[in-house]
This record gives sequence, structure tokens and C-alpha cells, in this order.
Amino acid sequence: MSQAFRRAAGGRIDRSRTLNFHFDGRAFEAHPGDTLSSALLAHGVRVVARGPYTGRPRGTYGIGAEEPNAFVQVDSGPGEPMVRATTLEVYDGLVARSLAGRGELSDEPDHSRYDKTWAHCDVLVVGAGPAGLAAAHAAAVTGARVILADERPEPGGELLAGRAHLDGRPAMDWVRDVHARLTGLPEVRVLTRTTVTGFYDGNFLVAVQRRTDHLGADAPAHVARQRLWHIRAARVVLATGAHERPILFPDNDRPGIMLAAAAAGYAWRYGVLPGRRAVVAGAHDGALWAAVDLFDAGVELAAVLDVRRLPEGQVHRALRDRGVAVSAGHGVVGTDADADGVLEAAWVAPVDGSPRRVPCDLVATSGGWNPAVHLYSQAGGRPLWSADHAAFVPGDPVPAVSCVGAAAGTFGLADALAEGAEAGWQAGAGTHGGGGEEPLPPATDSVADAGAPAACWLTSDLRPDTVFVDLQRDATLHDVRRAVGAGMTSSEHVKRYTTAGTAADQGRTTGVTTVGVLAGLLGLPVGAVGTTTYRPPYTPISFGLLAGRDRGRLLDPERRTPMHERHEAADAVFENVGQWKRPWYYPRPGEDLDRAVERECRAAREGVAMMDVSTLGKISLSGPDVGEFLDRIYTNRFSTLKVGQCRYGVMCLADGMVFDDGVTARIAPDRWHLTTTTGNAAAVLDWLEEWLQTEWPSLRVSATSVTDQWAAVAVVGPGSREVLRRLAPSLDVSAPAFPFLSVRDATVAGIPARVFRISFTGELSYEINVPAWHGLALWDALLAQGITPYGTETMHVLRAEKGFIVAGQDTDGTVTPHDAGLGWAVSTAKHFIGSRSLARADTARADRKRLVGLLPADPSVVLAEGAQLVVDADAPTPVPMLGHVTSSYRSAALGRSFALALVAGGLTLRGETLYAVDAGRAQPVVVTEPVFYDPEGARRDG
Amino acid sequence: MLSVPCPWCGPRDETEFKYGGQAHVAYPSDPAALSDAEWASYLFLRDNPKGWFAERWFHSAGCRRWFDVVRHTVTYEFAPGVTP
Repeated sequence: MSQAFRRAAGGRIDRSRTLNFHFDGRAFEAHPGDTLSSALLAHGVRVVARGPYTGRPRGTYGIGAEEPNAFVQVDSGPGEPMVRATTLEVYDGLVARSLAGRGELSDEPDHSRYDKTWAHCDVLVVGAGPAGLAAAHAAAVTGARVILADERPEPGGELLAGRAHLDGRPAMDWVRDVHARLTGLPEVRVLTRTTVTGFYDGNFLVAVQRRTDHLGADAPAHVARQRLWHIRAARVVLATGAHERPILFPDNDRPGIMLAAAAAGYAWRYGVLPGRRAVVAGAHDGALWAAVDLFDAGVELAAVLDVRRLPEGQVHRALRDRGVAVSAGHGVVGTDADADGVLEAAWVAPVDGSPRRVPCDLVATSGGWNPAVHLYSQAGGRPLWSADHAAFVPGDPVPAVSCVGAAAGTFGLADALAEGAEAGWQAGAGTHGGGGEEPLPPATDSVADAGAPAACWLTSDLRPDTVFVDLQRDATLHDVRRAVGAGMTSSEHVKRYTTAGTAADQGRTTGVTTVGVLAGLLGLPVGAVGTTTYRPPYTPISFGLLAGRDRGRLLDPERRTPMHERHEAADAVFENVGQWKRPWYYPRPGEDLDRAVERECRAAREGVAMMDVSTLGKISLSGPDVGEFLDRIYTNRFSTLKVGQCRYGVMCLADGMVFDDGVTARIAPDRWHLTTTTGNAAAVLDWLEEWLQTEWPSLRVSATSVTDQWAAVAVVGPGSREVLRRLAPSLDVSAPAFPFLSVRDATVAGIPARVFRISFTGELSYEINVPAWHGLALWDALLAQGITPYGTETMHVLRAEKGFIVAGQDTDGTVTPHDAGLGWAVSTAKHFIGSRSLARADTARADRKRLVGLLPADPSVVLAEGAQLVVDADAPTPVPMLGHVTSSYRSAALGRSFALALVAGGLTLRGETLYAVDAGRAQPVVVTEPVFYDPEGARRDG
Repeated sequence: MLSVPCPWCGPRDETEFKYGGQAHVAYPSDPAALSDAEWASYLFLRDNPKGWFAERWFHSAGCRRWFDVVRHTVTYEFAPGVTP
């Protein structure tokens, strides 16, 4: 297909090269520098989308990030849903298709690489248009470290159209010179194709750099597709420009209707005529200058309309010189379409006059410019309505942030350059102390305004259901009226009611227009209605980029014990406990979970079994005051512990609720070894340090995590003493010499070890701790003894059979030690953290939820953990809940299922039948003591 | 993301820290002597000013030191002169 609308020359495209691409199944050509929109317009392709609800054809409407219509699905490369055709750079082999509303996510994995990087700078300049370039240059001259970021492929902003002159030369020469100077400075970084998407607390900005998307198949494999920049900037200069807004009228959505400056931009930046015969309709001088640009590019001007009535100004003379008259006080009041739904005529009329039909293939409309205040708003600024600008402009300044150029409502080129240079100089000097000489902005021809812009929102409200206030959402004036009719007065409510402004373009072209329409309906000043809130991100960010390299196995660190490879070799099934990989069970061929656990449990109860307990949190405490400190931390007393002894302890938060538990040993008079649950290791260390640093700095205690320094194996069962006797011949393992709750240094299997005689199963057992690098050797030595390894599931069955709780499973932050059946571990003779809370009336209530055991009436039923407990399963709703199941297993030793639960009233319900309700089924259960196995504790000594 | 002024490490990203709530809420010297209401006040009640607020931070992924700062709850500005 020929590029019939391509001008003979001009534009920032490389005509010496041709790129081939497909759109909606048809082959097209483009030149490097083209966007998909400019290339399609060059071929006269008008329809690029359809309204998501109306199905009406839609065409390219804007020229950049403001685009509401031309969102396409990219099918080539990694593929991407909903890409703006106006910013999608064509590459050889691009395949895209039009959309009606949402795109489609690929269900294939995205193999693209995404990077994240961090940067600090003195001055971040957002936007490399004239004001941004002037600011970056002025800041750089002071010696400040400067980052200049711009979303386009090259700097220049509005100057890229190539019509302006500076210092008597084409303005792009100045752009090229400044860009070259900036890139030559060591402390300056210029980021193109980089959109600053968010302004967060502390001048922390996030930017998306598209590094290879424009290269297609030529993208080098070693370069990440996109890079997410986290930039901390001492000062920020926002030179983000402005977005053109339309004037609304019936049937304002037809392909061929576009924003006026965008239309002129296609003609000059891309050398593409957006149409051959245009009606230009505006409410400010810029629309008229766009008409001049269109005329000079070769577009016939069928009519130039201005809602204002002005005396002749510079722009009128420019048009008159071209033989074009401006119809003052006129606007577009409707359009006609051909059989394909594409624009073929506009109805133009004077205010309150009768319309006439003007055949045309382009309506270029411009109601004015909305400063891009998004980042300013995110920084905490509040845009204010300015009648002079007929726009919302930045209000009170935000510390360390300046808005310059069109973003500040400064639309004249000379003023924008001066404002940018001044702000850049101030920012650079403010952070870097200054230096060099303040550069003068380049000279520009002055352009006199013919008149102030008018706040004109719509030129006809006939057929309001065809006046589209949001093209991407198909929201209309009718919808806004309905919202007002429903009593809404806030722009935020109207936005949510009508969905206007909620699509991927975030209402960038028509958001303020909708506010203006709303203000008119409410009879309020525009400023009194105000804009909706601008939130990050400014333009959509892909999840792939946010994830970066943190995907799959790199999502979260994976912690493995020194014995991990043996567990893998034994075909263990692993479970995640925090970041740890722990063996869940070790199935033998043909075994499922239940069979494996039954075998593992039997080994522990009847012979000897072992478990890798290296993941337990371990904290080394040293100093003369550790005993006193632990007395305050734990509910029970530790200062009386003798060297070589250990003790189980419970710690509470200040509210008296169980926080963690574990065994602590006294290794030497001033050295202690504290253990925590696997999941709480970091939190317990934080807790200890908080009290030591903030409340009791006089206590001479230091705390260090040694979780990773020790590997540990629990050797469990009646046969464990014999195993230890064989492996540690120099250690007297007899019960009198090595009693329960004591700790010994010994050599085990030739390895220096610390052996704890403690039990989390009720059986005789030893926990052998060795330096981590000996962990594998210890495990191998134990395996060589023929010991059965067991995993976390068996550990849970064994401990639950004994009624031993797991903090965080059987407790949930509302459970006191007494509730958990640990009252025996609570000292009444001393103060500890939480003790005052345990003296509150509420914690002594008889109907508190307390730990009990449950035996299902059907011994084959394993209750669901979390199942709710009720007295009467058939009671009318809402059914009073007595509590819930916290742990539930099948027990080989008991030959039946059993559970632990928290129940209001606790053991006062002993012997009663309750119902455990889960997924609509109620299982009868009998309340029992929570200790099911060996309640006398006879097995502990083997 | 706040840039939190650690007195030992200098300004660092907020993600390195844990927030510790209002500063200068001392643990009562004799909790047993307090009424339930007084104890509840210590446990649960904190100031929530609009403006400057003395608060604690813990540089958990850095030097692991607790410190106090004064921060503005509207602008999130940290007052100068942070001390350990």
C-alpha cells in the first residue's frame, strides 16, 4: 500500500530506509522515526480502534502519551496488550492489531529481561522540550549532577516539529547543540525513551526506560528490554509540557477528528498529512497557529473557526496572508460520516446560528492546553484554576520542585526557555553551590497573542449521547448529566459513576473538559469543582518490569540447611517455612504423605528417628546481665539457670499475648544460647534489641543471630541414647550424668558438638548442634547408623500428640500463656514483659478461648485446620462460634485422628460434644485434655 | 519512599527501616502499680498529631540501631538535628 499521505520531504524520519510491518493483517511500510500512528496515517488508514461499548470506529486522536483511541495489541516480539500507537516506534517486522477496549494478555511466559537501577542526582529534569533542555543545561553548568529524562526517542519536545527558530537558526540546531553539550559532561545523564511515571515521598521518582522495544529483532540480547529507574533527586524540575484538550460536539469521535496541534505535528514531525481538507476549530491562538502549520504543510483549510471574537492579531494576519479567513464566534456542532463511519463533513455554525455542512476529511479541534501537572500533584502540589490560562496550573510551590514551561502554564517559547534556565540554575546552584556562568537562554522571535484563551468545553449539546467526554470509555455528556441528576457534585464521584477518566489514558485529553462540563451543569466556577486526583503511574508500567529479575526462584531468597542435598537425594518433599526449605516428609517408593508420616512417627516412638532442625532460630547472648534480661523477657525465670542447664521459655508482647517460645541454655556464666521458632527468628532478635537499646541500655547484654552458624539434628526415640553412646564415646549419656534439660559439649562422630537433651516429641531425644560446615558430616554419620529421617509433618504429629503448641499456629496474637495451657511456665514472683496485662480482668475471664484437645467422633476424620466449632450445627444463623481447630492430624500412636483447638471455656467443656464446621459439613467432636500421648511423661527418659 | 536520616549511616531508603511509633513513651517503671486504665493508656494510646511528631525508627537492614526523629506528618519532612 502506498504512503499516499506522506509529504514529499521533511519530518524527523529516515526516508533512506524502509521498514515493513503488519497492522490488522495488512502489510505496510514505514521509515525509521515513524510511530505506528504516523505510519498508518501516511497510508490513509483512519480506523485504528472501536469504542468498547458502542463499537463505533475510532481514529488516531493525539500524537503522544495523551492518546485516548489508538491503543493496539502488539503480537510481535514478546507481545504486549494496549500499546499506544502514537508512541509505538515502528520496527521491521512489527505486527499489531486494533482493539475495541481491552487488549489480551499473553498466556506465554515473558522471557524478556527487565532491569532495575538506582540513581542519585542533584537535579532531575523531567521533559527535554525547550524548557527542560534549558533547565538541564543551566543546572549542568553549575557542576551539579543532572539527570534529564524524556519519554520521546530524542530531545526537543514541541520543537521536534521543526518550525521554530532560535538565535536565527532552526531550533533543532540548538536542541542538537545542547544535547551534545549535556552528553559530554561527566555528571549529566540524558535518558531518552524514559517516562517518569511516579513522584513519591522524599523526591523519590520512578522512571521507565524502554531500551530495545524500538529495535525489534535487532535488539541486542545483552540489553534488558526495559529498565526501571529509582531516582532520588535533591531538586526536581518538571518540564513535562502540556496536553491539548478538545472542544466537544455531537459525533466528536469519528476517525478524522483529532487534536489540532497533533494534526500539525504529524504534518511536520513525521511528514504525514493527517487529512487533505480540514476544518480547524479552536478557542485559543494555538489552534489558529496549528491551522497555519497545516496550511503550510499542504492541507486545504475548508474552514477555520474560533469561538472567540477577537480583533485582528498576528495569527490572523498570518492566516490572511495565506488567503484564509477566521470565522469568529463559530464552532463545530456536528459531523457526518461515510459508510465506514469515517468523517466526511463537519457542521459548522456561529453561536446560536444555523449550521452549514462543510465536506472535509479532518476536523482539527483544540480547546486549549492543560499543563501536565501529574507529577506536581503527586509531589503534593494542588493545581489551581487560572482564568487567564483557561486551565488548571500548578498552585503553591512544592519544596525542592519547580514547574517550568508549558507545565507551569508558560506557553510562549521565549518565556519557557527563560523560565527553564532560571529554574535549572537555581536548582543546580542550590544543591551544588554554583560555579560557571549563568547561561542565557537563546533568543527567539516574539509572538504576540491575539487574545486570551477561552474556557470553551462544548459547542453543541444536542444529542448528548453522541457527545463523548471519554473516547476510550465511550462515556458521554448524557452520562455526566445522569450523574448530576443522581445528585453528584464532586468530580471524583462523577468520574466513578460515568467511568470518564478511568481508562488507560486516564482521561488525559478530556479530564479537564469533563470538569468544565460538570461545572457548567452545576452552575459552579470550574475552580470550585476541581480536578480529580492524579496518581502514579503517569503511564502504565508492565508487571514484568516491576518484577525485574525478582521472578521465579529469584523472587525471594531460598534458605537451605547444610544437609539440604541429602534431603533431596532422599526424595524428600519440601515445604516452605518462611524462606526456609524444610523436608515435609520422606516418601519411600509407593508411599503417600499419610503412609510416610505413619512410618516416620513409628520410628520416632518405637526406635530412633532424626530431623534436621537447623532452621530453628538461634541467638547467642553474652554479658553479665543476660539472666536478669531473660527474666524480664520470658514469663518464667532464667537467672537461676545453672551452667549446663536449659529451660523452655515463653515470651509475651506487652499486651500479654504469646509471641514466641523456645529453649534457652546457659553455656557459661555469661554466655547463653537462645532458640526461637523457625519463622520468628528475626522478629525475636529485633524484639530483644529493641528492649536492650531503648528501655534497658544499662543491662550489659549483647545479642547476635547464630541461626546460620549452627546446624542441628534432633535424634529422637527410645533408641537415641544408644546412638549417641556409639557416636560420642567420651560423653557419659546415662540419665543421671546427662539429665533432661541439660546441655553438654561433646565430640559426636568426630565433630565438635553441643548436645541439648530436650524433647519436642515426648520421647527421649537429643538435639546435636555442630558448626554449620559440619552439618552434612553429622547427618551422614547419623544416616550411617540406620536412623529414619522425618520431616515437618511427622514433627507436627508428634508434638501435637503431646499437646505442645507451635507459636503462630496454635496461637494467633490473642492467646495468653494461660490460654495456651502454659500457665505452668508463668512466674508470679517476678515482673516480665506482659505480666501487667495478664493481671487485667479480661485475661482472667472464664470464657476466654483456651487450648483443648478434640477427638472426632469418627476416628477416620481429620478435621480441617481452621474449622469453626459450634455447639449446635443446626442452629439458625448467625451461629455462635466457640472457637476453631488449630492443629489436626492422624496419629499412628493413637490409631485415630485428633486435633488441638482454641475453645471458649476451654476444659470446662471436657467431655462435651461440639461440631467442627468446614465447607458446609459438621463433624461431631469430643472435647478432651490437649495431651493425647504419654500424659505421665514417662517416655522422656527413654 | 521516605529518605530516613539514620544518625549513624546517613539518609537511607525507608525500606531499610522499621517504624517504631511514637517516641518518648517510656516503659512504666512499675507496671504493677498502674491501674488497668493507666496500663491500657501505655499499651494502646498514642498521639496522632497533624504536624511535627517525635517518633522512633529502627535501622533493621543497616546498623540495627534505634533512634528518634521528628517528622512532619503532613509534609513527611524530617526536622534537622537528629540524634541517636
